[in-house]
Amino acid sequence: MGSFFKNIYRNKALLFMVLPGAIWFFFFSYLPLAGTIVAFKEYRFSRHGFWASIVRSEWVGWDNFKFLFSTDDAFTITRNTLLYNIAFIVLGLVFAVLMAIILSELVSRKMSKIYQTGMFLPYFLSWVIVGYFVFSFLSMDRGLLNQILGWFGMERVQWYSDPKYWPYILILVNMWKMIGYNSVVYLASILGIDKSLYEAAMIDGASKWQQIKGITIPMLTPIMTIMTLLAVGKIFYADFGLFYQVPRDSGTLYAVTNVIDTYVYRGLMTTGEIGMSAAAGLYQSVVGFVLVIFSNYIVRRVDRDSSLF
Amino acid sequence: MQLARKESNTRKEPKKRLRTRDFHRISPGWNIVFNLIAGLFAFACVFPFIFVVIISFTDESVLALEGYRLIPSKWSLGAYRYIFESGDTLLRAYGVTIAVTLIGTVVSLVMISLYAYAISRRNFRYRRFFSIFAILTMLFNGGMIPTYMIVAQLLGLKNSIWALVLPLAMNAFYVMILRTFYSTSVPDALIESGKIDGAGEFRIFLRIIVPLSLPGLATIGLFSTLGYWNDWFNALLYIDNPNLVPLQSMLMRIESSMQFIQQNSSNANISMAALQSLPQDTARMAMVVLATLPIIFAYPFFQRYFVQGLTVGAVKE
Repeated sequence: MGSFFKNIYRNKALLFMVLPGAIWFFFFSYLPLAGTIVAFKEYRFSRHGFWASIVRSEWVGWDNFKFLFSTDDAFTITRNTLLYNIAFIVLGLVFAVLMAIILSELVSRKMSKIYQTGMFLPYFLSWVIVGYFVFSFLSMDRGLLNQILGWFGMERVQWYSDPKYWPYILILVNMWKMIGYNSVVYLASILGIDKSLYEAAMIDGASKWQQIKGITIPMLTPIMTIMTLLAVGKIFYADFGLFYQVPRDSGTLYAVTNVIDTYVYRGLMTTGEIGMSAAAGLYQSVVGFVLVIFSNYIVRRVDRDSSLF
Repeated sequence: MQLARKESNTRKEPKKRLRTRDFHRISPGWNIVFNLIAGLFAFACVFPFIFVVIISFTDESVLALEGYRLIPSKWSLGAYRYIFESGDTLLRAYGVTIAVTLIGTVVSLVMISLYAYAISRRNFRYRRFFSIFAILTMLFNGGMIPTYMIVAQLLGLKNSIWALVLPLAMNAFYVMILRTFYSTSVPDALIESGKIDGAGEFRIFLRIIVPLSLPGLATIGLFSTLGYWNDWFNALLYIDNPNLVPLQSMLMRIESSMQFIQQNSSNANISMAALQSLPQDTARMAMVVLATLPIIFAYPFFQRYFVQGLTVGAVKE
């Protein structure tokens, strides 16, 4: 015991440095973990604060989960979350790598830089701003898209109340926001490829296309694998802003825009079904945890240095 | 005869290649195609912002007739005049955002850099414990509801500026990036020599680590500045007090109250009156422009450090 205190004393400066961060992790990461037990309770807010609310709420066992999975919502939100994320991962990978190769092959370095600067912009904007951007195109009576439809003599479309367009719109908007950033990631690793490989290929008479196929893409494969696996680890988490701000929280679109995160949020803030949304949250956390561990295990086997832990 | 022709062929070939095909480069035709693809996409990325700027300079009266136009028939500064004349709410929202961004960036930089420094020190006895303590938080997530209960109920931060600052203050991923940065950019021998000279950990951190890790700290600082500036989610959960609403969240609230009035008012006169009390289309777009402008100005820095940040984390201990 004495040596324990001696160690604490000896490390006091460094302990003092980790203290603020450690307290933060405790309150914002570890304590919420304990709070997930509300998924097994009929939660009631108590005036006497957090602990009283938790203790006084009644245990209901798996009831919240039974209710959740007996609704159509559970299927809808799982399907939407998974399918959108799969689309984002696949299309994001293909287009970001293509764009990175294009940017690296442009003859003019200066033009390449200018294009990158443009492509990078959407990444820095919040989903609220992007929501306004999208509205300037899709507004029923003023939007650019309906005007263009008008030039061709076509009917105006009520974009914000017709679900059938939204899978495409959401995928397009997400690609627009993310491809620039991702292609710069890939571009950085293309520029890091050993130049002597290309020189050797040139001496052997390989054309530029053969070089791209035979050198660039194989050299990118590890980072492509890792980025994809890390994204797979997060496949159960949706980007709340995209699914909440861009469709302007339009109720008629919920069938195709409701994902686990928006469902949990609405349970907490609007519909008041805290038990069920806490159950959905825990369901997300557990499956998400398993997927992160699983994908990280594979990343570790591919490339030890790129794994999270 | 055949042999001779072959010889002449092989002799000719390298010459021909040099003239018509350069293996360093794609052919001019493909270069044009590539330029077109990259240029069009880059333009598509910037275009919506330009379009919103145009709308914000459009005269409100022509907007109702012709919608959002690339070249409106009448330009106007009315939206900006409206904002600066009745702009108390906007000004306050700007103030909240600036305050939260400044406080938040400082708080998170201090917390992250100190934590990262401590777990980068080999002589720190609890190094392993605190590394794992941080890394584990990347793997699980209690979710929105327990977090909400803790921030709102246990910590009592509802309608407090700290509800906008604290939830984004720490990030295990940034801690790991910075720890890696320290261990690659500051040689151990330098820290040792500092110790021999009798410097304490804090002095070593301030005098040796910080000056040598400025690019890494700048990267993390910019990440968090951007995170705070663009945050609306925490305001959505924790802020009801109109005096504490940040910029992004205010833009969101205007939009949803517009929709609420349009959808729920049966009496056309009341809804007209209520709608007129809200900023008009052009004014809202002008607010979007004003909320984005600081990012556009800071853009050169962002771009430089973000690209650098991508490579900072790439080297692992």
